[in-house]
Amino acid sequence: MSSSTELSEGAQELQASQRTAGVEYLREAGSVLRIPHLPEGVEEVPTGDDTMIINMGPQHPSTHGVLRVMMELQGETVLRCKPVMGYLHTGMEKTGEELTYLQGPTNTTRMDYVSPLFNELVFSLATEKLLDVEIPPRATWIRMLMCELNRMSSQVLWLATNGMDLGAVSMMIYGFREREMILAFFEKVTGLRMNHNYIRPGGVAVDLPEGWRDDVLGILETFPERLDEYDLLLTGQPIWQERTQGVGVITTEECLALGVTGPILRSTGLPWDLRRDQPYLAYDQVDFDVIVGSYGDTFDRYAIRLNEVRESIKIVHQILDKMPSGDYKVQDKKVTPPPRHRIDESMEALIHHFKIFTEGFRVPEGEVYVAVESPRGELGCYLVSDGSAKPYRMHVRGPSFVNLQALPHMIRGALIADAVAVISTIDPIMGEVDR
Amino acid sequence: MAEAEEVPPEEEPALIHGAVSSMSRGQLVVHPHRSEYLDLIGSLYDDGYRVCVDLTGVDYLLAANHPVPAGVTPERFEVAVNLLSMELRQRIRVRVQVPESDPQLPSIFHLHPGTEAMERETYDMFGIVFAGHPDLTRILMPDDWEGHPLRKDYGIGRIPVQFKGAPPER
Repeated sequence: MSSSTELSEGAQELQASQRTAGVEYLREAGSVLRIPHLPEGVEEVPTGDDTMIINMGPQHPSTHGVLRVMMELQGETVLRCKPVMGYLHTGMEKTGEELTYLQGPTNTTRMDYVSPLFNELVFSLATEKLLDVEIPPRATWIRMLMCELNRMSSQVLWLATNGMDLGAVSMMIYGFREREMILAFFEKVTGLRMNHNYIRPGGVAVDLPEGWRDDVLGILETFPERLDEYDLLLTGQPIWQERTQGVGVITTEECLALGVTGPILRSTGLPWDLRRDQPYLAYDQVDFDVIVGSYGDTFDRYAIRLNEVRESIKIVHQILDKMPSGDYKVQDKKVTPPPRHRIDESMEALIHHFKIFTEGFRVPEGEVYVAVESPRGELGCYLVSDGSAKPYRMHVRGPSFVNLQALPHMIRGALIADAVAVISTIDPIMGEVDR
Repeated sequence: MAEAEEVPPEEEPALIHGAVSSMSRGQLVVHPHRSEYLDLIGSLYDDGYRVCVDLTGVDYLLAANHPVPAGVTPERFEVAVNLLSMELRQRIRVRVQVPESDPQLPSIFHLHPGTEAMERETYDMFGIVFAGHPDLTRILMPDDWEGHPLRKDYGIGRIPVQFKGAPPER
């Protein structure tokens, strides 16, 4: 008996399942509790003898980072599972309380490292709401341009890793190739491929560089034909359909109960997209479709993400047409530093620059919650200010963190090979889950 | 944004299901007492606020006089719940004061199973106990961790860095 206590995982351990009634079993399985009647076959609760608990991860290549999934198996069937997280926890919310509002985006951008610009955006929007400043139109449209490109690169990366998880390794190479085009553009604009710290409270860090329009047009010309290639490679393939159709099914009611948003919610047929339903930036001035599925399975989520890239291309085309000229950051001396050339000739500008970057600017007391639609769902930022130059509390609602709770529900009763597909279809970014 | 102009924050607080409400930067906030919390979430659920988007805590230790509307006693901890109604396309925030002496709150897991991870995170980070939660364990920190990191009296850890070849101290 002593050996079992040594191997114990403590309170987190997946306890041995007991013979329980159906409702209790659903609770164990992490299912939605308010299912009025039990699905078929739930009564057959396994005894402890012929089941096995195994750990998948935290170093498994298909867990998209350091996710660990404890699974109870009966043969090849997953009876129940429990995601265990925290391996990437670096206390970013605590760090956020130590950084000024201007430094804040450097911290939040590292949360969801696949779509960093959305993290910067949501933090900046929350700060601007507390400050009650209105940013110039060009800054708004630059933000939209960058975010939509980021959405494309994020979804393409998901297509790549998801393809790899399901055995389409060539898809991995193609996806990364396309993403690299966008990252090269980001590097040209922001100086960095990832973790840009580009969108800041008050606007964006720098204006778009010379020739940006041609670069974006180059991306927009290349992408549609590449997406058609993906269609040819995956969508119609019987193997791909076998691996994805009917796998990891979830319903709208379950999604709403679990707070799941983004492509998983849309795959169940509910057209909920914050860009359309609670528009922020200037999304009410562009025309695009919200892609929905109908079966709520892995194939639907694949199709949604693939087609969202096409919608993003549509949006970027409109942004190119409508990009206004003007300031790229708000001309409020309290919030933004003076232009670089003024520092050389004006003492006051130098002092002002120094003060902004050392002390930061003070934000009026208050609390605010702002949400944007990230490629994974609703990305929210709850910001509390006590009137000083640093957030009193900075909380980020990561969509992956919440969406991951759908995993036990989607995986229950699936084959272990499908578990890989289901984990992949949730698209968890562990930097955002653990923060 | 548009709501902010219609309802100035100084307006007489209205009651929502018997709880004091206020506007924060154009966002509707309800401040129930701890004993009304569960009923309020239930009433709002019936009103159409079916999605619990976010649940988190705040430690007001260093801002003891944080502004709360009249009729609400500020306490050290606060739990902020963001609810969303997709039919009304509206959001509402529920802020509950939780005293330091007894950091407990009923769990809303039975209405919003999605709060499972969020309540665990709030417990992990602030030590607020959610009564009725099916599996209230630490989620981000290791099981044997001591303390609750996001409390304001929890110091920031530092690891001393030893530079190789650094000149000796004078």
